[in-house]
Amino acid sequence: MSVTSNRADEGQQRLIKPHEGGARSGKRWLLPLALTIISLIWLFPLLLALVNSFRDYAFTAQNGYMSWGGFTLDNYKNAWSQGDFGLHFWNSLIITVPAVLLTLFLSACVAFVVARFSWTFNIALLGFFLAANLLPPQALLIPVYRMFRAIELPFWFSESGTLLNSFQGLILVNVAFQTGFCAFVLSNYMKALPKELYESAVIDGASVTRQFFQITLPLCRPALAALAVLQTTWIYNEFFWATVLLQQGDKYPVTSSINNLRGQFFTDNNLVAAGSVIIAVPTLVIFFVLQRHFVAGLTLGATKG
Amino acid sequence: MASKRKYKGIDQLSKRDKIVVSLMVIVPTLLVLWLVWFPAVGTVLLSFTNWDGIGPLSGIKPVGLQNYIDIATIYPPFWPAIQHNLIWLAVLFFIATPLGILFAVLVDRGVSGTRFYQTSIYLPVVLSLALIGFIWQLIYSRDQGLLNAITGGTTDWYGDPDVNLWAVLVAASWRHAGYIMLLYLAGLKGVDPSLREAAKIDGASETTTFFRVILPVMRPINIIVIVVTFIESLRAFDIVWVINKGRNGLELISALVTQNVVGEASRIGFGSALATIMLLISSVLVVIYLRIAMKED
Repeated sequence: MSVTSNRADEGQQRLIKPHEGGARSGKRWLLPLALTIISLIWLFPLLLALVNSFRDYAFTAQNGYMSWGGFTLDNYKNAWSQGDFGLHFWNSLIITVPAVLLTLFLSACVAFVVARFSWTFNIALLGFFLAANLLPPQALLIPVYRMFRAIELPFWFSESGTLLNSFQGLILVNVAFQTGFCAFVLSNYMKALPKELYESAVIDGASVTRQFFQITLPLCRPALAALAVLQTTWIYNEFFWATVLLQQGDKYPVTSSINNLRGQFFTDNNLVAAGSVIIAVPTLVIFFVLQRHFVAGLTLGATKG
Repeated sequence: MASKRKYKGIDQLSKRDKIVVSLMVIVPTLLVLWLVWFPAVGTVLLSFTNWDGIGPLSGIKPVGLQNYIDIATIYPPFWPAIQHNLIWLAVLFFIATPLGILFAVLVDRGVSGTRFYQTSIYLPVVLSLALIGFIWQLIYSRDQGLLNAITGGTTDWYGDPDVNLWAVLVAASWRHAGYIMLLYLAGLKGVDPSLREAAKIDGASETTTFFRVILPVMRPINIIVIVVTFIESLRAFDIVWVINKGRNGLELISALVTQNVVGEASRIGFGSALATIMLLISSVLVVIYLRIAMKED
């Protein structure tokens, strides 16, 4: 029934079952060794940041990074206060959560219509959304920027008085860009649902709204979960639009506030490391706790379910 | 009552249903039209005008291809940016992407501890490129960086225009290889195991099996991976903007567009012409991607 969990199960089985023609007996150690070396090289920059974020600047400045010792938590305390992370995490939260929810809802609507009804313009519609997701955002900057600056909003709605410099504007842009990918993934998923489900619903007189909320959405839970995880990571990591559309440093979400941090921390690399780790924590938590969903979301788009 | 309606197939809709279905399509469509497609057209149109970004829209005069000519002739960062984008593409295409594919193939062989290997390699994918630029500063910084500490050199890896592009590309490839590995691994898991069996029975070596059997049946994912690589190189922005806003050896088209809009001297015509070039290149990629992704329909 669910594409995602089947896929994951398959993955698990493949992990357990070694390939028949795999490592030949004589060189069985070679592949694990190579993979271990590659993994360690790949982890190295992150481990370097992690270790040094816990070390005293004076100590590493004197003994160099190849030394050991001088452990402290001060970098985190300083990075947190100098980077004003409390504020920026809050900004990230009130941008990311509505943007992800809105993206999922709107893309589920589009996907539902495309998958549920067989109309001629379905493919064109999906293409219209998916292509939007692939355009380079910088190429659209000028009109978006000018429009946002020209659109005036009441002050109770946006402090800046325009869509520029407002969280609402940024959320809308993120939603517009991400809807295509999600609609594409969800429509593939919804097409796999048996049509008979709707048949009995229609005979029972269920409206389209009820079909959508009570049949389709619950069945799409695995795909929605995967996309929610992926989109949360992407929108949290989104740098470009936040940087250009929110021009006040105090409105920046965490990822864009990196730039502010840089000037202040330039001379102290251990502080930079601590700041980087703080910024990475939410995505790393998502990654380790919800890894299955993250991978499923990313690969659902590339290989059809 | 709805339940007493005669059943006419699942596509039958009541009046209210029709309104709901229309709204479900129209609202998202309008949003994307407004914030993606309308700006895309606007960018192309503005690129043929002399708008300075200050005067009213009614004061715009068409100037033909003047902006494009100016970019190519009197805008010094343009050709370096094109060159850097091409280098970016070449490095991702010839090094990072094959590396990611290789990792996927190795991980897919299913030795014990696969989960650890897989996780380590795609860990960078969850980090933003902006943050990656930051993390690698620990390695590249001139005075305290690890690289100089080991080699005893004094190179400013992010600052020296002779080397900074390559330094940045190492960091970008670090992430890209993980991303490609993830996509490719999903593709490999979808390959029918009996193909491998058959090749083995026929006495094909593993290398031959991969190049002659696996690679050809993975054609759709191969093309997706290639298109993703192209799009990523065209969109590259965050990491150079974080380092020095795309100047001094790190010029990229995306950064030039942004500089022309957000910077002090806003040159809308220039910026739009640059953006139009980006759109032109990406539209080719988008068409290829759409054809592959939606082939089944």
